[in-house]
Amino acid sequence: MATIITVTSGKGGVGKTTTAASIAAGLAQAGKKTAVVDFDVGLRNLDLIMGCERRVVFDFVNVIHDDIRVQQALIKDKRLENLYVLPASQTRDKDALDRDGVGRVLDELRAEFEYIVCDSPAGIEHGALTALYFADEAVVVTNPEISAVRDSDRIIGLLNSRSRRAEENGDPVKQHLLLTRYDPVRVEEGEMLTTEDVLEILAIPLLGVIPQDRSVLAASNLGTPVVLDDRSPAGKAYGDTVQRLLGHDVPMRFIDRKPNGWFQRLLRRSA
Amino acid sequence: MTDLKPYQIRGTMQALPALRIERPDEPDFFSQLRDEVLRAPGFFKNAPIILDVQALAGTSPLDLRKFVARVRACELQPIGVTNGDEVWNDAARSVGLSVLASGGQPKATEAPASEPPTVAERPEASPEVNGAAVPTAPSNVLVEHAVRGGQQYCARQGDLICLAAVSNGADVVASGNVHIYAPLRGRAFAGFEGDRGAMIFCDRLEAELVSIAGYHLVSDELPSAAIGKRARVRLADDGLIVDVMT
Repeated sequence: MATIITVTSGKGGVGKTTTAASIAAGLAQAGKKTAVVDFDVGLRNLDLIMGCERRVVFDFVNVIHDDIRVQQALIKDKRLENLYVLPASQTRDKDALDRDGVGRVLDELRAEFEYIVCDSPAGIEHGALTALYFADEAVVVTNPEISAVRDSDRIIGLLNSRSRRAEENGDPVKQHLLLTRYDPVRVEEGEMLTTEDVLEILAIPLLGVIPQDRSVLAASNLGTPVVLDDRSPAGKAYGDTVQRLLGHDVPMRFIDRKPNGWFQRLLRRSA
Repeated sequence: MTDLKPYQIRGTMQALPALRIERPDEPDFFSQLRDEVLRAPGFFKNAPIILDVQALAGTSPLDLRKFVARVRACELQPIGVTNGDEVWNDAARSVGLSVLASGGQPKATEAPASEPPTVAERPEASPEVNGAAVPTAPSNVLVEHAVRGGQQYCARQGDLICLAAVSNGADVVASGNVHIYAPLRGRAFAGFEGDRGAMIFCDRLEAELVSIAGYHLVSDELPSAAIGKRARVRLADDGLIVDVMT
């Protein structure tokens, strides 16, 4: 039975789409047949980050409303054999995602895939609620700043009360916290919340910490999930994150300030 | 002795909550309703409830049999219909619901159910309880998990006890005391029906607002010595007092 993982946050711009792309690519790299689904209808971005925007013919909304089979809309990734993208529609809005229709599509995907990663839109409205409704697991993405943490808290409450698992009194949605855009220097200087501060408020298990890293933007612009850039800190941290999702015990990296004596600086410059 | 009836009919003054149906076609009508019940199970769970159909006057009745079944699935027990026109009343009778005269139910100005009432509205927030004439045994509400931002828990007839943190943006409300064996970061209202003896206890006071019987302190007004401490809030003659507990 496939596992549905919803990547959600509440606040916009914290790195949901980047995370959904990297988790899906990482799972596929680990040999798991994975589909990543863009729920952000009207503001689609996932296909850009995945580098497949020029191959979109049909989209999620077509599959729900227009008698298109999901296989016709899935785009096979060119880099990874096990990875498929179901893009969102740019011309419709989130109300086009009716719950029954989405449930039907996800059931079809379940039959074929091991993991279905859902990229939720920001906010707590219909689109986001639909994306979290079907979740078996949720990756709650947040940044080390108070407004992102507050919004994530709200989303965790919704996962506990508005998901299908909550409605059917099943096992609760398994929740993971992913702290992104973490800058150890700014944390040390007190400008950002520490990992402990965030965990104290949100009180769900920490899946990973992704450092602030220029390679994230560079990878997005190239249409490559950053996890595939295994030389960058963010890419490595996403790789670790995926391993933890798969149940492996991997230590946290990139959460301490780098030593910056002149010698290290020299080394970094030449790297 | 033999002429005594085996039963007695007595008048009661039970005030019943009414479910004012405004947009029954909303796709998540029932999931929202279920949330509401789960948020205050001590008050709502299996409670008798009246369906107020005033907002639907002039429209053709819902499939009431199905609707009632779905409300029951949310663990509420509809017993009758109020504020309906003749068509609605007939539909109600045909599915075995009583037709009740319209009582002092709130009119259409309430905030949507999912929005927590503001502080100013608090005293009016539960008119059906204010009207209760028969004192009942307290029914305390226990919340074992974290109360997240946007969630609201209410013990309408007793104490509210929370075993995990109350987040910023969450409300915990009780007609009696509020006990939080964890940090309080949201808003807590004790004695919301006017019980001046009610108190708030928490393991770590970081509240946005504390209120007892309508008197309140916002975060900025809390004594700094008590912030982050195990504390008790009580009402004295001249306002709220925050004691640090050791």
